[in-house]
Amino acid sequence: MTTETIQTSPRRKGRNFALLSSRAGAAFLTPAGILVSLFVIVPFFWVIFVSFTNRTLLGRTALNPEFVGLANYLALFDPATFFQRGQFGFSLILTTQFVLASALIGQALLGLLLAWLIQTVPPTVKRITETFVIAAWILPEVVIGFAWFAFLDRDAGTLNMILTSIGFPPGDYLLDSPFWVIVVFNTWRGAAFSMMLFNSAFSSIPPSYFQAADVAGASSWQKFRDIGLPLIRGHIVTDLILITMWTFNTFTPFLLTNGGPSYRTELVSIYNYRVAFQDFQFGKGAAVGVIMMLINLAFALVYLSIGRKKKAPKT
Amino acid sequence: MKLTFPALFGRIAFSALATIIGIIFALPLLWFLFAPFNARAELGLALPDPWTLANFMTVFGNSFAMQALWNSFIQAVGGVILVGAAATLAAYALSRSSIPGKGAVTYILLLFSSVVSGSAAMVPIFLIVSSMGLMDTHLAVILTFAGGLLPTAMFILRDFIDGIPKSYEESAMVAGASPVQAFFDVALPVIRPGIVVIVVWSFVNIWGSFLIPFILLRSSANMPAAVAIYSFYSEAGTPVVTLLAAYSLIYSLPVVALYLFVSWRFGFRFFGGIKA
Repeated sequence: MTTETIQTSPRRKGRNFALLSSRAGAAFLTPAGILVSLFVIVPFFWVIFVSFTNRTLLGRTALNPEFVGLANYLALFDPATFFQRGQFGFSLILTTQFVLASALIGQALLGLLLAWLIQTVPPTVKRITETFVIAAWILPEVVIGFAWFAFLDRDAGTLNMILTSIGFPPGDYLLDSPFWVIVVFNTWRGAAFSMMLFNSAFSSIPPSYFQAADVAGASSWQKFRDIGLPLIRGHIVTDLILITMWTFNTFTPFLLTNGGPSYRTELVSIYNYRVAFQDFQFGKGAAVGVIMMLINLAFALVYLSIGRKKKAPKT
Repeated sequence: MKLTFPALFGRIAFSALATIIGIIFALPLLWFLFAPFNARAELGLALPDPWTLANFMTVFGNSFAMQALWNSFIQAVGGVILVGAAATLAAYALSRSSIPGKGAVTYILLLFSSVVSGSAAMVPIFLIVSSMGLMDTHLAVILTFAGGLLPTAMFILRDFIDGIPKSYEESAMVAGASPVQAFFDVALPVIRPGIVVIVVWSFVNIWGSFLIPFILLRSSANMPAAVAIYSFYSEAGTPVVTLLAAYSLIYSLPVVALYLFVSWRFGFRFFGGIKA
């Protein structure tokens, strides 16, 4: 807001010519204002309100929910059951591990590696690799879910076909190691974003930096470590925050595992869905939603504060 | 420039590594590329023998599947029109008018839109839609997506409009145009590329999303393809793989086409991504 006034006020004073009157501006803002209020801002406050009630989807308390205070939160954080499978604590820890493994390690590192690789490889290799990485990212999630379902099929899936042909025993991965399946899945699905972000970051580094390093005989690793990495540090932070938020909120693994077997892939988003729409406990589901939003808020504030710092020196 | 031996070796190793990663990314998709054309496709990967379009005929003959594609179309186009129109007006106002607190509005919008995700807000969204009496309607899905996508759309478009010199509209207004005329006749044509990006971006988002229609819709008459495909393979017991594969390909085509359009027309620069 402050940068805004600093930027525009000298021009305004000079010409004193607002293009759009405040009234017209307000009218222009109205349609978007209504929609955003109704489906973004109201839900934020409504979820807090519902989380203090025993509202259900069906039955008596669907119409006349009672105020129950902190009961939903106490149920979620009940130390006796907190870490049990299928309980809130379990899915919260599972989600943390999922974010660490698939976003911070998987997507970010793979994206960084890919972005660096495609800077130097021949255009054909670059184009083909990019195509498949981006395809994994842009195709609709249901299609991707089903493609992976087929890929992992125990009897006929492509993965087991490859493994058996090189002498490994086939496995039923969705059943035996479902957590690692969704970690690999999410890494595969989302690496494109980090790749593209880092790619555009690397491309913005003046080529002369690398040419000078070439003259000095630097290896690719040295160039990466001493030139590439330090110069894209800001982009790395941005990337990490964004992919953490998206992975924390993702519902896509539901399409592959339904949260199972026996809750072993039940991320908080899927837990929220089960509690609210399969067990019909809206109050408890709302409490989960509130906690998710608080976690989102923390990340969003970090993200926005970094974005502002980056903008400040420019003005 | 002459390549030394280690440099050449490095380049080959880099290419090999990039190719291997590319192949690994392609593997789960290969089945999806071949099975639609294979009359006897199962979950296993096999080259179609012979190639056939019979599976597509089956899809076109399946009224439920076609209805679902049509529903996806209605919902995506409806959402896109709302997002496009509302975001353009709002972004223009945020960029050009003198309402106080524009910066604060933008900041709050960004904050809320990243805090309120579909998976965190599914309960209140369900309750709002049901209290509006819109449960199981296209309109419910359209309005929910429009609300959710608008903040980001406004933000991208505002950035775009900020980059356009004000002198266009100013000269129109000096020549006697009203602000509204200046907007429609002068600004709008200049903003059009930005609107196209918003439109493509929101179409891809609505077309591909699963959770919101999954929660808000009940009857099969209103289900978009995302939910229909899911019910094909999750509830059908033994999924009809040939049908599913061909259907998945048809359903993916608009997204791929739009992606190619954007990368041809705009070079797929980094607009914060084509996807949310």
